[in-house]
Amino acid sequence: MAGRVLLAAGALLALSGCAGWQNMLDTASADSSHVAWLTILFTILLVVIWAAVMVAVFVARRGRPGRELHDPLTIDPGFDRRTGYVVGSLVAATLVVVLVLTGLSYAGQRRLFGPREEAVTIRVTGHQWWWEVRYESQDSSRSFTTANEIHIPVGQPVNFKLNSSDVIHSFWVPSLTGKLDAITGRENQLRVTAERPGVYRGQCAEFCGLQHAHMGILVVAESQEEFERWRDGQIAQARQPEDDERRQGLAAFAAGPCAMCHTIRGTNAGGKIAPDLTHVGSRRYLAAGALPMSRGNLAAWIVDPHSIKPGVNMPTIKLSPDELNAISAYLESLK
Amino acid sequence: MSRRILLLLLVPVLAACQREEREYRANPIASETRETVALTALSPGGNEPVVATSGKGRDYENNAYHLSQGKRLFQWFNCSGCHAPGGGGDIGPPLIDDKWIYGASIEQIVQTIREGRPNGMPSFRGRVPDDQIWQLAAYVRSMSGNVPSDAAPTRADHMHPGPSESRRPVSPPIAGGDVPPGGQAPQ
Repeated sequence: MAGRVLLAAGALLALSGCAGWQNMLDTASADSSHVAWLTILFTILLVVIWAAVMVAVFVARRGRPGRELHDPLTIDPGFDRRTGYVVGSLVAATLVVVLVLTGLSYAGQRRLFGPREEAVTIRVTGHQWWWEVRYESQDSSRSFTTANEIHIPVGQPVNFKLNSSDVIHSFWVPSLTGKLDAITGRENQLRVTAERPGVYRGQCAEFCGLQHAHMGILVVAESQEEFERWRDGQIAQARQPEDDERRQGLAAFAAGPCAMCHTIRGTNAGGKIAPDLTHVGSRRYLAAGALPMSRGNLAAWIVDPHSIKPGVNMPTIKLSPDELNAISAYLESLK
Repeated sequence: MSRRILLLLLVPVLAACQREEREYRANPIASETRETVALTALSPGGNEPVVATSGKGRDYENNAYHLSQGKRLFQWFNCSGCHAPGGGGDIGPPLIDDKWIYGASIEQIVQTIREGRPNGMPSFRGRVPDDQIWQLAAYVRSMSGNVPSDAAPTRADHMHPGPSESRRPVSPPIAGGDVPPGGQAPQ
């Protein structure tokens, strides 16, 4: 009895896994619902076939009571004919099932990778272990770079151009799209149209080194107006610090080791190898989804990134407590 | 008897389990080692100049991880901007030859990066953490073949005569015929 209750509780827990922000069955785009539909169809159909085969095997093994075994030396045209019909129809059924499933998969491929117009082009570059996100525009003054958080307008087709700077990564936001590899020297394209607003989590899906598991990405789908407002905010240069603490933070950031790797547009910090921090305070997470954004987490991350993501390329640096305080206050204010 | 020989044969296999240590997080984190180096062999009073090193250099020079990180940082921190991507020298002196203006030992190179040197080499103290300076110095030593070859990083992609395979356009299909492609005369 207790075991049964436990089992039921376990099944409930498994069901609760069907909701959530990183889930290929909880779909938010036509592409991913197409993939989810194919997955469910394959699962049901193949389970039915498997069950039928199992039943047939059990029935055949048991045999019928009182029935004599067929003697292979006697010639019985009726038996041969019946066997031929059964085998023939099963072979035909197998062919039909394989052809139908192949056809459906092919149609799905055509739909997913067919040519489409795009409204927004986003270049996503995988790095060990974070995502560089560059919004491209015909007008170069409206192109900008950010990291680890992508905003897209709902109902508009978005084109992701995937690339990598070091090893092979794979871009996968289960609620929106299937996965596609990001490969050095190749540009892979992925088109997505989000159907409803929401925050969808993604994950690198190709093992890429020590912190592969902590290489998350967030896709925020929002209405056209909200998206435009967000984009205008991101295009702007970093806001000037308003109080002494933040002014000290900026000075320590630009004069210290931070500026060797990070860029804050509108200041002297112009390093090109680490995430752009111009509007880092506006992001929901830091360190590619490893920590929620807050002043305390920023300080913790700067003090010892290797205790949070061992092996990460951000080094432990020499900062005085005052500098650390000022830098984390300044970064948090970069909305 | 033969079983004992087999077991003995297995012992060297176990030795292969030894893997190079990778130190991701420098310890102690932010402090600088004290290296006393001499830039000339002369010293007043007739004695040898005082040289005292911490010995940290050996760990970095023989470690493939540190060397490859140094190679990466050489590009990242734009050392290649003056010394050229392969270290061949441009407006900064070449690093692949055997001429060392401020000394060839890893400690001397570390001091050069920390302090800066006249005529253009800036000081990176406070800009680059000390362990990364050691990694860079070890890589600089590797450019002139001064580190064990089993630890030295491989040749960079851009030094290959052609683009890497993943960057080449898809090759056109080869028409069939009597002679296999491998047997055809060079064009």
